[in-house]
Amino acid sequence: MNPLDKVEGRAIPLGLKNVDTDVIIPAHWLKTVSREGMGGGAFESLRADPDNLFDRPEYQGAPILIAGDNFGCGSSREHAAWALGDLGIRVVIAPSYSDIFSGNAVKNGILPVVLPQAAIDRLIEVAKTDPIHVDLEHQTVTTQFQDRFTFEIDPFRKMCLLEGLDEISLTEKSDAAIAAYEQKLDAERPWMRPAAA
Amino acid sequence: MNRPRTLYEKIWDAHVIERRPDGTCLIFIDRHLVHEVTSPQAFAGLRASGRAVRRPDLTLAVPDHNVPTTPRKDANGNRLPIVDPESAAQLAALEKNAPEYGIRYIDAVAAEQGIVHVVGPEQGFSLPGTTIVCGDSHTACHGGIGALAFGIGTSEVEHVLATQTLLLQPAKTMEVRVDGEVGPGVSAKDIILHITGTIGAAGGTGHVIEYTGSAIRALSIEGRLTVSNMAIEGGARAGLIAPDDVTFAYLKGRPYAPKGADWDAAVDYWRSLATDPGATYDKSVVINAADIAPSVTWGTSPEDVVPITGVVPDPASFADPSKQAAAAKSLAYMGLEPGTRMQDVAVENIFIGSCTNSRIEDMRAAAAVIKGRHKADTVKWAIVVPGSGLVKRQAEAEGLDRIFIEAGLEWREPGCSACLAMNPDKVPPGERCASTSNRNFVGRQGPGSRTHLVSPAMAAAAAVTGRLTDVRELMR
Ligand code: SF4
Repeated sequence: MNPLDKVEGRAIPLGLKNVDTDVIIPAHWLKTVSREGMGGGAFESLRADPDNLFDRPEYQGAPILIAGDNFGCGSSREHAAWALGDLGIRVVIAPSYSDIFSGNAVKNGILPVVLPQAAIDRLIEVAKTDPIHVDLEHQTVTTQFQDRFTFEIDPFRKMCLLEGLDEISLTEKSDAAIAAYEQKLDAERPWMRPAAA
Repeated sequence: MNRPRTLYEKIWDAHVIERRPDGTCLIFIDRHLVHEVTSPQAFAGLRASGRAVRRPDLTLAVPDHNVPTTPRKDANGNRLPIVDPESAAQLAALEKNAPEYGIRYIDAVAAEQGIVHVVGPEQGFSLPGTTIVCGDSHTACHGGIGALAFGIGTSEVEHVLATQTLLLQPAKTMEVRVDGEVGPGVSAKDIILHITGTIGAAGGTGHVIEYTGSAIRALSIEGRLTVSNMAIEGGARAGLIAPDDVTFAYLKGRPYAPKGADWDAAVDYWRSLATDPGATYDKSVVINAADIAPSVTWGTSPEDVVPITGVVPDPASFADPSKQAAAAKSLAYMGLEPGTRMQDVAVENIFIGSCTNSRIEDMRAAAAVIKGRHKADTVKWAIVVPGSGLVKRQAEAEGLDRIFIEAGLEWREPGCSACLAMNPDKVPPGERCASTSNRNFVGRQGPGSRTHLVSPAMAAAAAVTGRLTDVRELMR
């Protein structure tokens, strides 16, 4: 996973509320057995409009997406994060996310920044003409117009993103604790194992 | 004395392996359900890193999302090929991965095959007090039997396959209490649609919802699974309903459920899980069951719910300006005008199925309405998709398939089908569908499709009249 620290560039000022994962990547794009190439289907229904933001020249390769409340709601498909990543998005800024989406985003090296609606409104204005700067280490979003917004992030997620860490390797360090739990479970609640059918 | 705890807290505490300083916990996963769409990349990851599946005995794989609902065998019992090459590739991947990693696999032509969330409880693989995960957000469904069950993404699927654990933050707790008795024609689906309309699509974000109250207790397991299924539509990570005698009666004797002395020990444990008197929730909502009508959605968010006797709302009637904009967009997509009576909305398609409403009770409810009637000529496509091969067999034993077929509906093979339209079952662009599934998102049932979420009885009523219909009128 690519580490993420500072991200600077244009931000797509989508602003919409309740953008669900069916909008981010429609179901007919899920029929693959690999993770690559999903950007082609990202926001397909919105991009059907010839005037859409995503296909404007100024937002080509934009690393940031600004959205409204409850971004990534709906289906748990991780393909949504892969599609954003494949589009080149490294940071999403929104007032709130679905729990599943924000987890999936972090696992795929995408930073979900939470900022209040007033900050979002301001950033959307800036994004129409100018770049935005995101600094994960210092937990700030800034613009060249002296805007400075700080955001909160779970320290574990921050570390994973900064270092590009793979979670499975981290968990494997707890192998002894997992084995001890399994033994205790077998002793105390042996019926928890599926019965032999 | 110990601090009083909620059902959620008890299950959570029993599964903590390690607690990190920041509150994140390493949680043991008791059951992992795997299907063909969100698993290929996870198995590819395992293969690339040379990892094994830690607990294949706690893992169950079944294809459901992609499988066609047309016959899967020819007259001689030979398996028919899947026409769509991508669906065939996903199915082939699961068929190869499951045995390779020693995982129990129910194949596409087995009698037990079905939607993963129907199969889990039906096989007794899902049990109260367990943690259950699956790469599908409607895993919340299993909360209906008192399991802490939630959807995960593909990286987490890989993580669970490799370690049988997940790193999670504890959720906040929310109680949704439904007091009293529901009126005639009001089903579990109407209860959960009403709840979603009341709390909103983000009302449960960050929370696990426990459904309580006499109207919930009165539900069968099928009904409870329907309610918990849509916890995610209210933004919650999971739903829970405390296990009780109804739950135990449902599970007893199922293939993977505990047997003999193990069963008695299990029941004793399960009884101890109910929320303690005096335990508190972070948030509580109380709903009067008598206020719940047969319900229907008008928009493209599951919170867009009105009683069937209601009208399409005016976007200007919402206080929140962003909701006004979203509602206007929804109505344009849905092709509806504010003020239109919901009962005047014509539907051309009917879908009875999905992990929300494809169990035997749902089949019975739909059949009871349609029996002796026929679908309207204006209804072009009406399919009934049982949730599993065992539901199908039971329904056929009761003659329900004949009732549907005589009424002009199609009786299909089990799977997810038009719930998400990954297989050939799709609603054509611009057309409407009265659907018993759980999501009315833009394009969910096929590009340009317009979905109205309803109960099985309401879907059957709509099939008869060709428009959204108050099922109570057909019950008179
Ligand atoms: S029926 Fe629909 S919601 Fe349920 S598992 Fe299948 S696709 Fe998901």
